[in-house]
Order: sequence, then structure tokens, then C-alpha cells
Amino acid sequence: MSEVIEASHDDHHDHHGPAKGLARWLFTTNHKDIGTLYLWFSFLMLLIGGTLALVVRAELFQPGLQFVAPEFFNQMTTNHGLIMVFGAIMPAFVGLANWLVPMMVGAPDMALPRMNNLSFWILPFAFGMLISTLFMEAGGPNFGWTFYAPLSTTYAPETVTFFIFGVHMMGASSIMGSINIIATILNMRAPGMTLMKMPLFVWTWLITAYLLLAVMPVLAGAVTMMLFDIHFGTSFFNAAGGGDPVMFQHIFWFFGHPEVYIMILPAFGIISAIIPTFARKPLFGYDSMVYATASIAFLSFIVWAHHMFTVGMPLAGQLFFMYSTMLIAVPTGVKVFNWVATMWRGSMTFETPMLFAIAFVVLFTIGGFSGLMLAITPVDYQYHDTYFVVAHFHYVLVPGALFSIIAAVYYWLPKWCGRMYDERLGKLHFWLSFIGVNVTFFPQHFSGLAGMPRRIPDYALQFADFNMVSSIGAFVFGFSQLLLLYIVIKTIRSGQPATDRVWEGAHGLEWTLPSPAPYHSFTEPPVVTEADAHS
Amino acid sequence: MGTETTNIGRTALKLCLIVVGMFGFGFALVPLYGLLCDITGLGGRTGGQYSYDPAETRVDQSRLVKVNFITNTNGGMPWQFWSEKGGVRVHPGELKEVLFYVKNTTERRMVGQAVPSIVPVSATDYFHKTECFCFNHQILEPGEEMAMPMRFIVDAELPKNVQSISLSYGLFDVTALTSQEELNAFDGNPDYGARSGPDDQNSAQGAAE
Repeated sequence: MSEVIEASHDDHHDHHGPAKGLARWLFTTNHKDIGTLYLWFSFLMLLIGGTLALVVRAELFQPGLQFVAPEFFNQMTTNHGLIMVFGAIMPAFVGLANWLVPMMVGAPDMALPRMNNLSFWILPFAFGMLISTLFMEAGGPNFGWTFYAPLSTTYAPETVTFFIFGVHMMGASSIMGSINIIATILNMRAPGMTLMKMPLFVWTWLITAYLLLAVMPVLAGAVTMMLFDIHFGTSFFNAAGGGDPVMFQHIFWFFGHPEVYIMILPAFGIISAIIPTFARKPLFGYDSMVYATASIAFLSFIVWAHHMFTVGMPLAGQLFFMYSTMLIAVPTGVKVFNWVATMWRGSMTFETPMLFAIAFVVLFTIGGFSGLMLAITPVDYQYHDTYFVVAHFHYVLVPGALFSIIAAVYYWLPKWCGRMYDERLGKLHFWLSFIGVNVTFFPQHFSGLAGMPRRIPDYALQFADFNMVSSIGAFVFGFSQLLLLYIVIKTIRSGQPATDRVWEGAHGLEWTLPSPAPYHSFTEPPVVTEADAHS
Repeated sequence: MGTETTNIGRTALKLCLIVVGMFGFGFALVPLYGLLCDITGLGGRTGGQYSYDPAETRVDQSRLVKVNFITNTNGGMPWQFWSEKGGVRVHPGELKEVLFYVKNTTERRMVGQAVPSIVPVSATDYFHKTECFCFNHQILEPGEEMAMPMRFIVDAELPKNVQSISLSYGLFDVTALTSQEELNAFDGNPDYGARSGPDDQNSAQGAAE
């Protein structure tokens, strides 16, 4: 099949470029086009999910009910979580994988280009369906992003079926994307690109894709059981009929805990690419990074019940899940150590991607530490379902996953569009985001430790100051992301031309391509030199 | 290049098998979870009907265990549900009977189902019920009240550190889940279900109708 394509290309060398107009985007099978689609889609979802978060923060600016009814507030928190997790963070990483994995391993495209097109294009329908429920009379999902039964079955709004099919479609998209990424990495590496020479972004995505394949079907099973309970009279989660709602939590978190690593492992890969570039040193401990990633992936399957200490479980279970959870700190610590050791005595410069990467290392570590606190079972009884948990997972997901995506955009944007972004504006965006994110989420540690529950539209007076600070930070952070939009558009339209290597210290096959990367790259497999490996 | 296409196809096929397998595993978690609960007592599950031979059962007269009864109606269940006593003291091995009452406060026929749960979970294997209304649906006419006996034995092997057991019943409205066949069977048979266990000759003394 490939031979035919090669031959037809040889016939007319002059139009290698994309088709014109809307058809280019609808029917494209080009990994760069699809990567771009994923990234723009996830940015749109970031803005929508962020808007919902600002509704939440506006309501929580002061105690009492100001702007929205409690029922609507619940829809805001639920959809904020669902849209950010499944619509913003995950598709953004898939978009980066689409753009970068073929270029990093020296492949001409993804292994299954048509499926690639399909896996992107079902996403807008999935989220169109999910978001449309917010405008229906019964309202959107209001049971939290974890959709615990029976809140999401017996007591769910009628629109829950749209939510279920939306999740099915998102899952199908993720599964197809993962199959594509694994097939590309395992079969299409350039000669000489052995597994242990692959850039860490490729490694982390390979492991992430396996995690997705293992847990997205379980999520699909869980929502299918919900569908049966709601419409076909089964009692998987209905205690009255002999089912067990606690089982829902076990099945959900069997998916959910690997899911949180799905949202952070590719980030580890990005940071492992950026820090060596700007420290002008090779990554410290490449092999240990690979093994640490694999260890985290393995451990992610045996810790799920630490999300449910308070639902009741035997002492042995509590101890097992506490210790196994704490064990994750070891490979994660290896990673943080390696990043710091890479910077140690490096000739560091602080361009925007590096600023975001360093902020990632510091703030993700804070999120990791609060995670360790939550892992301690007896202490978790106090912290469970408080704002401390909210602070914890926002520290690992916003200055963690999201910052790594933003860092990746600044880092590879010159390669994608052939133009440099405005460094001054990039730094401004960084500082607004950095300050905004900390002002938003740091006080939530304190309100949580003082006992403020999550998912409430109103709260006791003693939490008023922390919440006001948090809301101010949220608006600063939220609106500063519009600056990112402006910077990216400005770069595409009128940025200074970028060099091929872009960054002085950049290593890896993607930097051997011209900037912007040509529409078809590596149609002939490149020669992998020592300098291009281990970026 | 031809071999690369074949390899990609082969990889994709293997990965699809993982997906199918994990989808199946998701459903396999349901029986696995049930098994785990039975083994560990997770969720405070109690066993089914216990067959009991008074001659062979040792009664441990040396200690008394407090058994507490908790009755809850689940949200949306308008019935009244209470027990005659908040708790009893029993010798392990001794058969005890407690009456529970339900009343249908509505204007329509409804079906209820009580779901038991025990704490501490270490006691679940040692709490045996020879008769329980939770083994059956309760079908009540509008305004009807019913007394339901529950007989139990705390096993003499109960660990010494357990001095108190709490048995909680959640009463659920299962009218919508009940099949028409069951309701027809109820109409045709006055001895149906929990009103009196047809096979249980002792039930008349407890079931005050």
C-alpha cells in the first residue's frame, strides 16, 4: 500500500502539500494535521472547561448563594472535571503525540492514518453531546466527574444517557489513538532507533498508551453497566436488587487511578525533553527514567482503593493500599531527582518553555507531597472530600499536566509553524500563569485542612478569605490563557522565522527537519546519530 | 514496506485483543468483587439462610454479645420500618428471635426489599440467620402493617475481641423492579413470601399478621 503512495508522489513532486479548504481538515490522514486538530480542539475545551471553573469560583467568591442555584453549581463542577480530563488534557497529549512521535522516531506518518482521522473526529461529537445536555431542561451531569452510583444511576438527570454515550465515544477515541501510537512506535522506528535510544516523550507515551488500552475498556464496561441499570432493569450497582454501589467505586477507580497517570506520564516525557535542552546537558539517568515510568505504570494498577479509604474496608486492605501508594513516591522521586541533577551545573537559560518546565518540577512535587499526605489512611479520614484533595489534584494537573502541555507548545511551536513566538509575551504569560495558579490553589490546602468540603456552592464564614483569594487567582489564571491564544496566533501570523535547530541545546530527530516541518517528513528513514538519540 | 504493513496489522490486532480482554475483565470484576466480599466480609455482607441443629450447637454461656439493630429506609422509600428492640444481649450459640415491623404508609401496593449489612466485618462469618425477611420481597397493600421475625445465632466461634455487633437493614423500594409474575404469584397464594415461610413450621409463632 505504501509503495503505491510513494509511486504516485513521485509522479508530481510539486504538490506534496495539503488539500485546500475545509476538506483538508475533515479528510486528512496526515499526522501533523491531525495533531494540530487535536491541539486546537483541546484548547477550545480548555476555554470551555475553564469558563465552567470560573462560574464555580465566582459563586465561591463569597459565602452565600450569589449567581447560580446549587443544582446548576453541581453541573458546573461535574462538567468542568469531565471536560478538562477527557477534553483538554488527554486530547492535548494525543495531539502532541501525533505531531511528535513520528518525527521523533523517524517515521513518515502514524501507522494507521485513517483510524487516526476517525479517532479525532469522533471527539467533537462526544463533547458536543456532553455539552448539549447543559442546555436541556433536565440539565447536564451533576454527579461529579467520578459519577458514583447511585447518584449517576437512580438519582441521575434524564440526560445521563447522553453522558454515557459521550464517555463511550471518548473511550473509543482514546483506544484507537493508543493502538495507533503503539503500532507506530513498535513498527515504524528508523533503523538504529532502538527502544533504549527513543526520546523519553516516546517512551512515556508508549507506556501511557498501554495504560489507556488496559483501563479505557473497563471504563466503557462501567458506563455500560450504568446504562443497563438505568434502562434495562439490571442491578449492578443497585443495592435493592442485590447489587453494590461500592463496587462502582472499585471499578471506577480501577480505571481512575491509571487514568491520573495517563494524564501525567506524557508530561514527564515533555519535561525530560525540555530541561536537557535549556540546561545544555544530556538527561541525567535516562535508563532509570524509563524504568521509573514503567514502575509507576505498574503501581497505578494496585493502588486504586486509596481513593475510597472512608467507604470502609478491612484493616489489611487499608494498610496494603496505603503502603503501595506510598511506594509510588520512589519512582517519582527518581524522576524529580534526575531532572534536578540534569540542571545541576548546566549552562541554564530561562526561555519560556524552560520556565514552565521548572515550574512543573517544583509545583508537581508539591502536588506529589500532598498526595503522600492523602495516602496516609488515618489522615485521609480527615482530608477526604475536602478542599485539600481539590488542591492536591489541581497541583498535579494544572501546574503539572497543563504546564507541561503549555511548555511543549512553546518548545515545539517554532518547529511546527516555522516561526518564533514572542519571548517577552511568553514570559509574561508564564508569570501570570505561575502566580495565578498558586494564588488559586495554594489557599485551598488551608481551607481543606480546616475542613471545607468540596463540591459545595456555599460554605461556612471562616473559609471566606481563602475562597476570595482563590477566586481572584482563578480569574487571573483563566484570563491569562487568552494571552496564550494571542501569542500562538501572533506567532503563526507574524513570528520571526525560526532556525531548523531552533534551540541551541536541542537534540532529537525532529530538530534535523527544516522549520516549519514539511508536510511529509522522513519519507526516507533518517540516519540516527548518537546526538539525535536520548534527547 | 509490505512487511511493515503486515507488522502494523499484526500489532493492531494484538492490541485489539487487549481491548476486548479488558472490556471483558471489567465485567468479570462483578463476580470477582462478589467473591472478594464473601471471603473478606467486605461490605458487611451476611450469608443466606442458615440450617441449624440445636442438638449439635454449643452455647457459650461464659460471655454475652450485644447485637444492635439499625433500621433505615432508603431515600424515596415512604414505608415505616422499625424493630421491637434496639438491641439484645445473647450468648454465642443461642438462637434468638427479634421482630421487625414495616408499614406501607402510601395509597398503593408497594414492594420492599431489606438489605442487611454487618459491622464489624470480622463478625460477618459468625452471624447466622435461620430466618430473615431479607430473604424475600415484602409486598404490602396500602396502609398494611406487618411484623417480620428474624432469627439468628451468633456463632460460638466468634472472636473474643468482638463484644458488640451491629446489624443494619436498609429498606428499598423495589416496586419497579418486581416482575408481574411475582405479583400474580402473591395474589394467588396467601402464604407467599415473608408473611410465612411455607417450609418453616416455626414461622407462625413469629409472624403476627
